[in-house]
Amino acid sequence: MMIPENLKYTRSHEWVKTEADGTVSVGVTFHAQEQLGDVVFIQNPEVGRQVKRGEECGVIESVKAAADIYAPLSGEVVAANQEVADKPERVNQDPYAAWMFRIKPDRPAELAALLDAAAYQKLAESEKH
Amino acid sequence: MTQTALRTTPLNAAHRVLGAKMVDFAGWDMPLHYGSQIEEHHRVRRDAGMFDVSHMLAVDVRGRDASAFLQRVLANDVARLGVAGKALYSCLLNDAGGVLDDLIAYRLGGDRFRLVVNAGTAAKDCAWLLAQRDRRAVAVTIEPRRDLAIIAVQGPRARDKTWDALPALRAATEPLAHFQAVEVDEMLVARTGYTGEDGFEILLRAGRAAGLWRALQERGVTPAGLGARDTLRLEAGMNLYGQDMDETVTPLESGLAWTVALGDGRDFVGRRALEAKPATRQLLGLALLDKGVMRNRQRVRCTAGPGEITSGGFSPTLNRSIALARLPGAAAPGEEVAVEVRENWLRAKVVKPPFVRHGKILVKF
Repeated sequence: MMIPENLKYTRSHEWVKTEADGTVSVGVTFHAQEQLGDVVFIQNPEVGRQVKRGEECGVIESVKAAADIYAPLSGEVVAANQEVADKPERVNQDPYAAWMFRIKPDRPAELAALLDAAAYQKLAESEKH
Repeated sequence: MTQTALRTTPLNAAHRVLGAKMVDFAGWDMPLHYGSQIEEHHRVRRDAGMFDVSHMLAVDVRGRDASAFLQRVLANDVARLGVAGKALYSCLLNDAGGVLDDLIAYRLGGDRFRLVVNAGTAAKDCAWLLAQRDRRAVAVTIEPRRDLAIIAVQGPRARDKTWDALPALRAATEPLAHFQAVEVDEMLVARTGYTGEDGFEILLRAGRAAGLWRALQERGVTPAGLGARDTLRLEAGMNLYGQDMDETVTPLESGLAWTVALGDGRDFVGRRALEAKPATRQLLGLALLDKGVMRNRQRVRCTAGPGEITSGGFSPTLNRSIALARLPGAAAPGEEVAVEVRENWLRAKVVKPPFVRHGKILVKF
């Protein structure tokens, strides 16, 4: 299973990457896209929206099902990836490059509460059985 | 997850070798896709794909009274199958006119018929047919054929590639018109399908299925799973039993009036109920105008009243969401309606299915 070491993860299968400017990029994991099947629609949060950790802020729909995307951290949405919204199949092709939106965190300390790669691997494997 | 063992088709090992994502479908361990459902869908529309549909059950109905018996239990009239080798789509109704199942009936020759019924309803159908026979004490043998496998080869190049794989079939199957079948080399080859494309459905002994599958694959026929089968049939405007219809609705409310042969005065099971209860609802298509994906059981708001999506999803050919929906009798193609998708009311256009046939988009919105 593909779970990069340098990312953080949520129990709801988002990955979180800290960028050089202090914002965080959010996408869904390899495991999530594998479970969903071909992704056909993405709805990102509006840029400028304030989100709270754990709040529903987007939708990802596949040929099979719809899934909510939850904010992994509290903060302001500072970017949404239009390229991925236009080409949702990018999520299947390269899930860790297909970031959906970026948040400027209010409390960077929240990052520490997210899962590391090893913890996420355990979670994903437990769901496979 | 339940621990009940799933049933497997003769092609189960072949699916696993191909790395299929397997799912429980009506108690059967079946391939959902082999990597990309959308790619499999496009291959069927543009070239050729094959589906293992051996979970469906062939039921042979034979005997002196077979024709009269089927005229009694099927809503469509097997008398339309004048000669051997013709096929007919029909509903199996209960006394209330509700749909027990939908099936294809083949006339094999003389007093031999074969029905192909859905996997999830197969046991119920067989019990129903046996009870109907015993009630009338007619000379009919009803034999479920679990010894047969079924492979559907579908797409504009499906027939050519089948002939590449099995050259001996060509002479017998090239003359087949749509909805005709022929018995050849201990196989039943029918020019039927569930995708809106040309192709064959091939019924053959279980032990020969893996060999045919391999031969077709070597000729470039793409294995396709139940996921693509579902989006293909939805684009083709074909009903899925248990979703678009069941025992609580009649064929007249399910877009299937054309399959109910009322004109001939024939007394068939469910007829009286259908005549006593005119349809107040109808099954039509929806194309979503806004962004999003319509899903089963979502609510629809029409000028004439409420409706419900029976099959909703994403159409790879139209690159937008489409659906079949049960709407009020007064709803009409061209009307704009609202569909409740994840707490938002989105705009959709009512259209007359099919959405796609033979690779071409047939709806405007």
